[in-house]
Amino acid sequence: MWTLQSCGSVLTLSINADLARPCTDLFGYVGIEAVLDQMRRKTIKAGLEFNIMVVGQSGLGKSTLVNTLFKSKVSRKSCTPNYEEKISKTVKLHSVSHVIEEKGVKMKLTVIDTPGFGDQINNDNCWEPIVKHVNEQYEKYLREELHINRKRRIPDSRVHCCIYFLPATGHRLRPIDVEFMKRLGKIVSIVPVIAKADTLTIEERQEFKEQIRQDLAANGIRVYPQKEYDEDPEERILNDRIRESIPFAVVGTDKEHQVNGNKVLGRKTKWGIIEVENVAHCEFANLRDLLIRSHLQDLKDVTHDIHYETYRVRRLNESNMNYSELGLSTWPLENKCESDSHL
Amino acid sequence: MASSDDAPQPYKGVRPLSLAGHVGFDSLPDQLVNKSICQGFCFNILCIGETGIGKSTLMDTLFNTNFENFESSHFEPQVKLRAQTYDLHESNVRLRLTVVNTVGFGDQMNKQESYQPVVDYIDRQFESFLQEELKIKRSLHNYHDSRVHACLYFISPSGHSLKSLDLVTMKKLDSKVNIIPVIAKADTISKSELHKFKIKIMSELVSNGVQIYQFPLDDETVAKVNTAMNGHLPFAVVGSTEEVSVGNKMVKARQYPWGVVQVENESHCDFVKLREMLICINMEDLREQTHTHHYELYRRCKLEEMGFQDTDPECKPVSLQQTYEAKRQEFLVELQKREDEMRQMFVQRVKLKESELKEDERELQSRFEQLKRLHADEKSALEEKKRLLDEDQSSFGKRRAAAQLLQAQSLTANGKKDKDRKNSGFM
Repeated sequence: MWTLQSCGSVLTLSINADLARPCTDLFGYVGIEAVLDQMRRKTIKAGLEFNIMVVGQSGLGKSTLVNTLFKSKVSRKSCTPNYEEKISKTVKLHSVSHVIEEKGVKMKLTVIDTPGFGDQINNDNCWEPIVKHVNEQYEKYLREELHINRKRRIPDSRVHCCIYFLPATGHRLRPIDVEFMKRLGKIVSIVPVIAKADTLTIEERQEFKEQIRQDLAANGIRVYPQKEYDEDPEERILNDRIRESIPFAVVGTDKEHQVNGNKVLGRKTKWGIIEVENVAHCEFANLRDLLIRSHLQDLKDVTHDIHYETYRVRRLNESNMNYSELGLSTWPLENKCESDSHL
Repeated sequence: MASSDDAPQPYKGVRPLSLAGHVGFDSLPDQLVNKSICQGFCFNILCIGETGIGKSTLMDTLFNTNFENFESSHFEPQVKLRAQTYDLHESNVRLRLTVVNTVGFGDQMNKQESYQPVVDYIDRQFESFLQEELKIKRSLHNYHDSRVHACLYFISPSGHSLKSLDLVTMKKLDSKVNIIPVIAKADTISKSELHKFKIKIMSELVSNGVQIYQFPLDDETVAKVNTAMNGHLPFAVVGSTEEVSVGNKMVKARQYPWGVVQVENESHCDFVKLREMLICINMEDLREQTHTHHYELYRRCKLEEMGFQDTDPECKPVSLQQTYEAKRQEFLVELQKREDEMRQMFVQRVKLKESELKEDERELQSRFEQLKRLHADEKSALEEKKRLLDEDQSSFGKRRAAAQLLQAQSLTANGKKDKDRKNSGFM
């Protein structure tokens, strides 16, 4: 399909490459593939920001899990000296940021903790502070984006991933779980995990997971990776496999023990050592691979392209900001002038 | 005006932490690269130069392919731009390349406005990106970026200095696009002349304040190469798609009676340098500069022109929304005013028309009366005539009757007389 645009003295013909042109063959080496290296270099130099939120009742091992995931003391408990465990009266959000580096790649990791969630007797609307926080981050980003003088790199404090801890009851989702995930699933990528999974046997675990998956489907809750955002068949196959095994049953620890002459991370009990990174024992390795090694960029992309855009559309519609109404190329009044009718 | 953090700096105010083991986020650049491979890359080059200077040939040589080009005539009345998009494939990288050529540049008698179509084209691409970015429902990751990432400016190999057309055009474009000047048809200049020519060109550009694209020096891996290349600007290139056998290989070259100019021979011309700089090392940087520098500048100017500001006169930050609301009110007021004006005008016109029509009506009425009177007059005249005629007729009738009677009487009297005579005759 040819599209012809004529504007004054310039005539531009653009051939819509999708429809008309097949791939043009190259007769020899050009060097286009070097762009991959260039991109790699730039990413490494720029570093990345990742914001992860952990939600769940106190005592489920959230801080320990995050420390285990990132192999360093990133949670708020480890940061505040003389920390006393107190159950707070309302849900408060605590953000702690660190810069970690691996093989030249710098990452600014922010862990947002939610102490007090689900701990009260009356837990009505306990998700509200969290929803507010998530939306506040989107708002901050939106404001920065709408500035005239924009920063070269807008600081990204949006929540990329929310890990929701389900207590290992072995039955089904509780009302608080359903309510929370329903609401948050619309605005952020939720990854549910079964916490302290060493209290379930393998069979119990499978049943529990199956039950949870059914409950999630019955309530229309979309967790990461969402089916609708799969872009190509390969991705779909990969994500289907992941979807069949969520929620991951995890165990977290930062203690190391000797097993068969190797040092492994594990929890030592009288009846054995639960190896955290052993896939036969628990699914921590799967979670870590999903979050960090394979889908890190995807989490950020889904947040930016989908959740943030949804927020933006809603916000701009609310405040009636319709730029096309104003007509960007010429001031609107000149446009409306031409429609003067001659009586 | 631009933000202070031009180069990404390590995160300030955040403590660094050491890792106790391998976490695995060093695979992020690979994840990113994989995603980009799926999506494909896009690159747009603008070639500015006089007709016949070798732009299309150089593009063919650079990308080792045969873009379908046709020769343009020298008689174009105005400068036009022709953009063509191609999908190129090399190993697993898909590149959507758009080559924009100027048609008729430098051919007109009066070249004062030659640069304008080029500037307009570049601005239009920025504009459409800005419009997409400001839409409510937008899809930026699917958007086909048509902004010009690199501009190759072809300098004709006179050997002396830049033409004034070149200077003017480059000055107009340097804040909008990354300019890479190249000396075309470099096989017409000898080595010593070339050296002097390059120095002359660079000093002219500097003295006229033209900002050409400098290869970036902030990344250690490529800083050395880039610094060296920066010293070789502008690149003297020769383009050719024909192959000539040299030694036992077929190379791209131009064959002359006195020798063969090999395109990929570094001692013959700078083509390899150009290809390396443009594609292999700095393509991503060119795209980044276009987006973060030139596009932001355009956006800022455009929005400020429309009256949006970040801070109001008291230097308090004004959100876009406030400005927008104010503008919207203004706009609505203006609209209302115009509506009233139009309504007034309408009422006036209606009145005028009404009075005209009334006037006509009256005229018509008077004419009607006049005609009616005329008609009545004629009618009465005719009646009069008729009456007279009738009278005449009746009087004539009477006279005739009288005459007949008389005649009849006279006849009988005569008859009697005759009778009497007859009778008297006998006696």
